[in-house]
Amino acid sequence: MARKSAPRRKSGSRKAPRKSAPGQVAGSARMLSVLKEDGSLDPNRDPGLPTETLLHLYETMVRVREFDRRMLVLQRQGRIGFYGPILGQEAATVGSVAALEDRDWIFPALREGAAALMRGLPLHVAIAQLIGNDLDRCKGRQMPCHYTFKEGNYYGMSSVIGTQISHAVGAAMAARLRGDDVVVAGYMGDGATSANDFHSGMNFAAVYKAPCVLICQNNQWAISVPISMQSASETLAMKADAYGMPSVRVDGNDVLAVYAATREAAQRARQGDGPTFLELVTYRRLGHSSSDDPSRYRDEAEVAAWEQRDPVERLRRHLEQAGNWSADDEQGLQDRIAAEVNEAIREAEAAGPPARETLITDVFAEPTPGLLADYRDWLAD
Amino acid sequence: MAQSTLIEAVTDALRHEMRNDDRVVVFGEDVGKKGGVFGATTGIQEEFGDQRCFDTPLSECGIIGAAVGMAVYGIRPIAEIQFLDFIYPAFDQIVSEAAKMRYRSGGEYTCPMVIRTPYGGGIRGGHYHSQSSEAYFCHTPGLKVVIPSTPADAKGLLISSIRDEDPVMFLEPKRSYRSVKGEVPEGEHVVPLGKGRVVREGTDVTVVAYGAMVPVAEKAAEAMQQQGKSVEIIDPRSLVPLDEELILESVRKTGRCVSVYEAPKTCGFGAEIAAIVAEKAIGHLEGPVVRVAGFDTPFPYALEHLYMPDVRRVVAGIEKTFNW
Ligand SMILES: Cc1ncc(C[n+]2csc(CCOP(=O)(O)OP(=O)(O)O)c2C)c(N)n1
Repeated sequence: MARKSAPRRKSGSRKAPRKSAPGQVAGSARMLSVLKEDGSLDPNRDPGLPTETLLHLYETMVRVREFDRRMLVLQRQGRIGFYGPILGQEAATVGSVAALEDRDWIFPALREGAAALMRGLPLHVAIAQLIGNDLDRCKGRQMPCHYTFKEGNYYGMSSVIGTQISHAVGAAMAARLRGDDVVVAGYMGDGATSANDFHSGMNFAAVYKAPCVLICQNNQWAISVPISMQSASETLAMKADAYGMPSVRVDGNDVLAVYAATREAAQRARQGDGPTFLELVTYRRLGHSSSDDPSRYRDEAEVAAWEQRDPVERLRRHLEQAGNWSADDEQGLQDRIAAEVNEAIREAEAAGPPARETLITDVFAEPTPGLLADYRDWLAD
Repeated sequence: MAQSTLIEAVTDALRHEMRNDDRVVVFGEDVGKKGGVFGATTGIQEEFGDQRCFDTPLSECGIIGAAVGMAVYGIRPIAEIQFLDFIYPAFDQIVSEAAKMRYRSGGEYTCPMVIRTPYGGGIRGGHYHSQSSEAYFCHTPGLKVVIPSTPADAKGLLISSIRDEDPVMFLEPKRSYRSVKGEVPEGEHVVPLGKGRVVREGTDVTVVAYGAMVPVAEKAAEAMQQQGKSVEIIDPRSLVPLDEELILESVRKTGRCVSVYEAPKTCGFGAEIAAIVAEKAIGHLEGPVVRVAGFDTPFPYALEHLYMPDVRRVVAGIEKTFNW
């Protein structure tokens, strides 16, 4: 696969960014898709996953969705300060992370927190991060949704859009230098493709044939800025052409297409054939974050159209049609997850604030004498 | 011990550490076959191969971004930025990413890397090949900032920087690359970060200077000697962490302090020295703390010799601490 996703346009035919009908995706016919909205599979592209794996993907997406829903509620209740929901984007993270090996590294952006959970970050520790308390692995130093989980090879990002792209590439270069059989997945949003780090990261990845997969979740919006204002390229995938990197444009709400594309890209990287760029076409159905009101800048009809392409329901339909999922199974799963999340919230909320000395630790391996003196003065005052 | 130039000492340190630790890699623009525009990586690619010493695309943002990823993964990148003046495209990667890695991840991820770059004036490089912007980096918690003034220190401090567990800005005074020579110990030679050096002992006034300003201060001290004034010179060697005690001890002894730096005067690192002395040694002062610095202008081309602190200006600065 790993084909060039979009045919080049004839030169001189650059059009102004097209205005699409609500919910219409530019060039949607050219997206890799496996699982249709009605739950049927394209037999030519089916990655042939065993039922067990399909069930695992489904359960993971449901868990991620419920976690996401509950965290937004906690934010509304004032129990956490901020939250960036991913409703509608579950397949992109779950499908791509599932296609990697556990030893592969993940450099996430804003919408890939679910990857930390998939790599084993306990739910209550994730919630502790959102609260910023003593159980938080960042020691309460970052805003919510900035998880870090080194045991799971999940990198702790900054808030600066795009910077992690070249980190992913550098880590991939380092892995190869050490002779490690490790592939690096570097994530980004569509807005990040305008950032300078996108250019340098893509360029370095291709020049050094770094063993990485650069994955863009094109959720159509960067806060209030639509993709048509972000780029005049017909697709984001085509940007890879200019770097000499293969790319695939994928239906990001199709967990099997995401899985298949990522697995193939990771395999290419693993066998030394260099990086691949994946554009996962999806949609951010809620606000950018708990602080955003999307009704100020977008048409509700567009959101409604995307609800019809829900990634979770799509896989459920498939499982049901194959006789592998029932209403009872669904109820059982929902109950189990609700209980898990409740318990995790309870555990997380029981923790106190970060220890006072975390004000000065971890700036360097050891605090500088000047900082230590200031801290001691402050304690004594 | 062999005599060598400051830049030869840099190369010596790189070679020593690359032999010592196979995680160390060196990269940047033109560092491979060419050995860098100043020659600091001469022979490195030849000895260690193009996997451990390699050229990069012309992208400071990419060089430092990739270095951060490498350091996070667990190798020891040494990134060369051709001139400090061209570091700004990478500024975000340095101050938002490298500097904050350990802190923001609660200590889970660290960023042990060295950014080596020539800085400062005196080579007729004009505005874009002469600046001294060390203060920007000193202002960012999480970065160590190291500036050698002698070949021996260049070697010993660079080795310490490479072994350090945190990101280090290693700023090399390009004016001193070939003009400053000295004895450099062969093989292992470590100068710890955070320990300053008494360049010259004296009793009447303390001059704090670093990088290419150290030789200027030394000449000024000679001139003052003729006037019967004994000058003590302190080279902090690393601005972060700073050997405050060494500076304060000296000022408490001499009662006078001049801080010399070639960067623009306002908010330069020497202003921080003045603040520390004012805060912690006011009772010992017998005159004002004086800054001798560049002007608050961009760095000039034709008149650089007038812009940069020279012996005459340092002497005038010292005199101000006596006559005010
Ligand atoms: C460099 C930078 N500029 C601006 C911001 C503020 N900001 C946070 S998220 C965001 C939009 C990001 O859009 P995108 O990359 O598409 O990711 P999405 O939020 O849609 O997942 C902006 C502008 C930032 N964090 N970093």
